[in-house]
Amino acid sequence: MTSGGFLQQLQTGLWKDNPGLVQLLGLCPLLAVTTTLVNGFGLGIATLLVLAMSNALVSATRRWIKPEIRIPIYVLIIASLVTCIELIFKAWFPMLDRSLGIFIPLIVTNCAIVARAEVFASRNTIGVSIADGIGMGAGFAMLLMAIGAFREFVGQASILSRLDLITGGEPFNGFSFADSGLLLAILPPGAFFSLALAVVLKNYMDQRRRNSRGAFASRGLRRPHQ
Amino acid sequence: MSDRSIVKTGMTLGMIAAVCTSLVAATYQLTKDRIAANEKALLEQSLQPALTGIFYDSGVSESRLVLQPPHGLPGNDPAIIYRVFAEGEPAAALFVVTARDGFAGPIRIVLGVEASGSVTGVRILQHRETPGLGDKIVSARSDWVYQFDGRSMGDPQLLGWALKGDGGEFDQLTGASITPRAVIKAIRDTLVYFDANRDAIFQAAATEAEE
Ligand SMILES: Cc1cc2nc3c(=O)[nH]c(=O)nc-3n(C[C@H](O)[C@H](O)[C@H](O)COP(=O)(O)O)c2cc1C
Repeated sequence: MTSGGFLQQLQTGLWKDNPGLVQLLGLCPLLAVTTTLVNGFGLGIATLLVLAMSNALVSATRRWIKPEIRIPIYVLIIASLVTCIELIFKAWFPMLDRSLGIFIPLIVTNCAIVARAEVFASRNTIGVSIADGIGMGAGFAMLLMAIGAFREFVGQASILSRLDLITGGEPFNGFSFADSGLLLAILPPGAFFSLALAVVLKNYMDQRRRNSRGAFASRGLRRPHQ
Repeated sequence: MSDRSIVKTGMTLGMIAAVCTSLVAATYQLTKDRIAANEKALLEQSLQPALTGIFYDSGVSESRLVLQPPHGLPGNDPAIIYRVFAEGEPAAALFVVTARDGFAGPIRIVLGVEASGSVTGVRILQHRETPGLGDKIVSARSDWVYQFDGRSMGDPQLLGWALKGDGGEFDQLTGASITPRAVIKAIRDTLVYFDANRDAIFQAAATEAEE
């Protein structure tokens, strides 16, 4: 992978190499917490922060990291950052922390993060590494939010339920459209179906774009840069 | 690797470990007061809805009584009782007990009982029931738990503490009867326990907080 500009790197993570949709990394939290938009947002932001900071630290120390000890160092860095994020959540978003529960500490095991350290941050300058972390993290967060919103909408017939976990204040049940939804969407199989739909949608959009690129080659905006 | 490079590598590892540890230590120092305050607030906040409609002295969380099983209350994990006083006189008791027979594992419940024996509120603290079915026992999801407010042992009688479908007086949840059955049973057993042990509960010394 080459290190194009900052923006290019953001875009790679957000769409082209989206960790959830294309690399299919970090599926355990993706499937587990996406029962509502708010939950998806919470875990997405936490993952984004860890990813951006771990990429920054790995990139900053890459000159001293010998290949033999790189994995323990990545683990050290990532585990420390996750612990910090967990403490920060507990201090400033205690309700969200309770709602996400074990999945905040489990960000340590999100292989998307080690993968970015190994594949990207260990070989690139800090600036692009941070961009890569933000792009990949935002790509992951957007996917979590999209799947969360979709499952909440179909399964609970509401949107933005428990927004109070983020904003504080009275319990807020979201905007409801009906008494109950299609339960399957909130149960674990619903997570697999939703993810599959998202992957299909992305591939379909990419294909359409490829087909139309033949006609509008001059735009060149999305041309692969290898 | 030569001996020298092993030492050097070890030192790199040590350095990075030290940096990471300081990062965590600094964050911990920065957040620990807030976290402790949040936890206390969260506890009082989760207890307070079970005490609607009565006036009481502050410091409810300090009057904690922890009962190890077997304690005669629902559940076989430690039960917690908070004694609530108003101007020094017993006003109510808060029971934190576990219903063992939920659809998907234990359901942790807080139940407030006025000294006279009537319920001041029921809230679900923890559960793993199915969203959309069993989770309607949570006050944020439906009004189901409010139907116990003001009831007591005697209103209805013991056998009336059941779902309407089971010959009792309490509303069902559509498509889920295992969950509410478990909750009602836990409430009923707690009320029976309260009636039998009322004086002992208010006289017992508080359990020291374990740190
Ligand atoms: C996937 C699934 C999840 C369920 N979750 C619950 C639940 O959380 N609580 C519950 O009481 N019943 C749950 N049920 C339903 C019970 O199996 C049982 O059918 C129901 O409690 C009987 O209710 P009824 O007597 O009103 O028909 C679930 C059923 C399925 C298939």
